[in-house]
Amino acid sequence: MPNHDFYGPGRIIMTIVAAMCLRIAPWPAAVVPFNPDWVLLVLIYWSLTLPERVGIFHAWFFGLLTDVLTGRLLGQYALAYSLVIYICLKLHKRLRQFPLLQQELFIFFCLLLSQLLLFLIKNLQNPAQLHAAFWIPVFTGMLFWPLVYLALRFVNLARSLK
Amino acid sequence: MAVITSIALLVNEHNNQQLDRLRSILSFVVDPLKYLVSVPTNLLQNASDTIKTYAALKEDNQKLHESQLIHQTRLLKLEALEKENIRLRALLDNSFKLGEQVLVAEILSVEAAPFEHIVTVNKGTRFGVHPQQPVLDANGVVGQVFRSQPLTADIMLITDLNHAIPVEVNRNGLLTIAVGSGNLNQLVLPYLPNNADIHPGDLLITSGLGGTFPQGYPVAVVDQFTSQPNKPFASITATPKAQLDRNRELMIVWSNAAPIPLTGKTANEITEETKHAQP
Repeated sequence: MPNHDFYGPGRIIMTIVAAMCLRIAPWPAAVVPFNPDWVLLVLIYWSLTLPERVGIFHAWFFGLLTDVLTGRLLGQYALAYSLVIYICLKLHKRLRQFPLLQQELFIFFCLLLSQLLLFLIKNLQNPAQLHAAFWIPVFTGMLFWPLVYLALRFVNLARSLK
Repeated sequence: MAVITSIALLVNEHNNQQLDRLRSILSFVVDPLKYLVSVPTNLLQNASDTIKTYAALKEDNQKLHESQLIHQTRLLKLEALEKENIRLRALLDNSFKLGEQVLVAEILSVEAAPFEHIVTVNKGTRFGVHPQQPVLDANGVVGQVFRSQPLTADIMLITDLNHAIPVEVNRNGLLTIAVGSGNLNQLVLPYLPNNADIHPGDLLITSGLGGTFPQGYPVAVVDQFTSQPNKPFASITATPKAQLDRNRELMIVWSNAAPIPLTGKTANEITEETKHAQP
């Protein structure tokens, strides 16, 4: 049991750090518009599996770090992430029962909500024309969800086996 | 709770600069990640440098020697020309600017914000880098520093949609503004009338107006001029001189922006003074 307490937060943070690295990795120019919001996907996973560990504060804090990482106005990712994670925490019991495909639909709406909020804030800042490619990460994020889910479940189970 | 704090943060930062400290503290956590992410790319580039063949190296060296020779002979004349320029400006009762200092910074291969032409370099406030400094490469103007953190600085390229740079046509001194198009190889000149004296092939240099960019650095070459009789302005595009997508090193410039007043002094005194002023 002490193992559980010690390794838990470390692993969660490691996975989020990995997600942040993926987020800013120098992908080829053709791939960049498809790069999904890895940090949010990882946060959603942890909030569904360990809702007692990853709460709104974590989402808010890592959102703030993402703001600094991507050089945006401080607080916009924090806002989007904490709202999405709030919904996930509210629904986590039901969502765990869903098959992966149904979860994917839910993830799609989560990502859409986050992207909508970001769009709204961007628009308030300076109304500019926006590329249609802005919405692509929502779809790719949905497609990558099973991958994230399986990878993180592996991490999670490896932890509990220790 | 979280929602209220984030909204408060957003409003606060949008309105003033008080949160820069918070951002720079948080950047200590996040910036090492940027270095970490750019490690593989740098390793790859270093490896490709190491395994170059002897013949390739020799050829490189030869080329560099030749260009060095050419530049050296040009520099010989530069000193004389600079003096002459100072004297002439003094005759015109004009002021001239001191030289500029540069710092070489390396680009971190990081893709932080898609749809924005922003690059991150490995020098920050620790090296005295501050926002609005011009950034150059060997061929021309690259952009300007728009945010600096202790370990890194973000540079907005001249092709970013939100960037505009005051330029003049080198041939005839026609002043205008070059705006970023969002494409890495294109600038737009939206504010010239249909009868403007500008042709494809004209070199655009910085005009020094606006005070951010020092005067006289090459920015772009005009590549297309289309007059639009039904609209007040012509459609003109230009190609940046700087290799915006191929650079690994950039030069961040400190320009001594305060011009020297030339009241009641002869040109000779001035040249003496600048000699002392330059370290």
